[in-house]
Amino acid sequence: MSLRDDWRRARAVALKDLTAERRSRAGLNAVTFLGVLVLMLFGFALGPDTEAMREAAVGAIWLAILFSGVLAFNRCYQLELDGGALEPLLLYPGSRWSIFVGKVLANLAFVFLVELIVIPVAMVLFHVVVPGGALAQIAVLVLGTIGFVTLGTFYAAMSSRSRSREVLLPLLLFPMMIPALLASVQASTALLSGDLMREAGAWVRLLIAYDVIFVAASLAAFEFAIEV
Amino acid sequence: MTASTMPLAAASDRRSGLPWGWIAVGGVLALVAAQVYGVLTSPPDRDMGHLQKIMYLHVPAAWNAFIAFFVVAVASLRYLWKGRAADDLLAASAAEIGSLLTGLTLALGMLWGKPTWGIWWTWEPRTTSTAVLFFMFLAYLILRKFVDDPERRAQWSAVVGILGALNVPIVYMSVRWWRTLHQVQGSPMTLDSTYYIPLRINAVALMIVLVAFIAHRYRSAMITQAADDLEDRAALMEGGSRA
Amino acid sequence: MTVSPGEVLGIEGHNGSGKSTLLRILATSIRATNGSVHLFGRDIRQHPDWARGQVALMSFTPGLYDDLTARENLVFAANMLGRGHDGIDGVLERVGLLRESGEKVRTFSSGMQRRLALGRLLLQAPRVLLLDEPYNSFDRAGVALVNEVVREVIAAERGTAVIVLHDRHSAAGLLDRVVTMQQGRFVDATAPTRVVEHAGPSLVMGGAS
Repeated sequence: MSLRDDWRRARAVALKDLTAERRSRAGLNAVTFLGVLVLMLFGFALGPDTEAMREAAVGAIWLAILFSGVLAFNRCYQLELDGGALEPLLLYPGSRWSIFVGKVLANLAFVFLVELIVIPVAMVLFHVVVPGGALAQIAVLVLGTIGFVTLGTFYAAMSSRSRSREVLLPLLLFPMMIPALLASVQASTALLSGDLMREAGAWVRLLIAYDVIFVAASLAAFEFAIEV
Repeated sequence: MTASTMPLAAASDRRSGLPWGWIAVGGVLALVAAQVYGVLTSPPDRDMGHLQKIMYLHVPAAWNAFIAFFVVAVASLRYLWKGRAADDLLAASAAEIGSLLTGLTLALGMLWGKPTWGIWWTWEPRTTSTAVLFFMFLAYLILRKFVDDPERRAQWSAVVGILGALNVPIVYMSVRWWRTLHQVQGSPMTLDSTYYIPLRINAVALMIVLVAFIAHRYRSAMITQAADDLEDRAALMEGGSRA
Repeated sequence: MTVSPGEVLGIEGHNGSGKSTLLRILATSIRATNGSVHLFGRDIRQHPDWARGQVALMSFTPGLYDDLTARENLVFAANMLGRGHDGIDGVLERVGLLRESGEKVRTFSSGMQRRLALGRLLLQAPRVLLLDEPYNSFDRAGVALVNEVVREVIAAERGTAVIVLHDRHSAAGLLDRVVTMQQGRFVDATAPTRVVEHAGPSLVMGGAS
């Protein structure tokens, strides 16, 4: 029964955040635009050798997602801070982690939307051809995004309420992202070349372990991050 | 917060029965002696020559940095569990020294790598993990600088410290896979057994310095906090009339 | 300091005397460094989640979402509280915002925003109301509405209200008792009591600092 209450609260927070985001929409457009811009810059930095661009494509996509997505996380708390809404939000009876789950779900939807634009653009820019097995690629993307969004939403709960939050969040988040970044890029790159070495599976397992560990850790620690 | 730190400061005074100043001096002297011993006794290495002697500081610094990091993690966990301000200050002190030691490790590694391999930096798993550790120490310390409220700072940095600690083994594993799958030179810093003894002595000497440093920073942080609390209290007494 | 069921306590004091801090401690928003608060005989530090189900705080910021409409704000509150959506129209009508319920809160005047915050309190139907300068930016009708809401909550649940306020005129006839705070303490109240009784007082604050 209690778990159903938690889910109801999580869903309410997610819907509320997404509605607010949809109303302003400025966020999604700006963030997507930044992602595409990063890709363009990568093209200039690596090109015009198309072979080199194709090899670096997966890394470029992930960096574009990281640099643009990181802007979304502080926003979802800014929403609460603007009208002094964080205090009433925390004073509703019920678990606090359900609020975190709601925010993670909303941010997941947000980052997936950004990826929906950024990745096709990257495939065009960097001449990437997916040789079948797109489902495995999507699985890697989803797993990597879950880790990114969970930790991003978690650290933003603190950084959004500190001084110089724009700098602090990437400083906290990016070192934590290193294993997920490595695993996602390696798995995707391996899959793109047909996974001849059969190494993608190991990276996917690492990614799953990473997600499980940090989803659990941030759920457990969220109360500490938000209560003060 | 106010009420809890005052007795703690007093307690730290009582606990300071250990002469930390002398321990620090002794640790530094021991380190110097160990360095001299290592330089004088060990023959030039077959491949690296006298460059090998950089190991006597590089490797102990790396080990001790990981010890410092372990202290951060344990003190952070204990802070969240017990909520005592002292544990937070201990974690912060350990992080300060830890960042220094990881920085030292990286700098020495570069000094060694350039003449040995002709490159300043190698993406070797241990080196790379040390660099990540360095960044996590720095992020931890920067977070502390950006948060003013002591309770908030303590709680947030404890959380950051613990999640960082969880990440260290994952980073190490992922970087190792990454390197082994792509076949680059393996672990370069394997040492001959003749070099073990000076290495161990240096590590122990540096550990004494580490502990003395942490104790010193911890004590001064305690005193600073006690002073801040007194100031707050004085301001509060005054504040009523200002309205 | 003890507040009985059905009682309305007013708190006065200079800026920075700790009135709002006290309310936020009562609301479990912040933890007291020392002292204790008992609500219907239970220590709120031991049972914060339970306490959150009993109290409702109206802070001086309305705490609404600007990009959501008035109705969506209340729907969100109802979802978080686990209440149905049936009462929302009634609440909107009650605070005089039914006609504007489909408009974004961003377009509201501050008085309208506070009306909506009041509506959220009605939705919460708490046993203890905590109001931080509730009359701010309200016109005369709004002031009357605040007083009605307080009376209603107290009548419905034999509840209690603690109101931080600057001028007593607005709350005329509502307050059973007024205390003054100075430097985080009650100055004209007797020594703090530490009564812990189950059927006893609804709110006991001991040595709040």
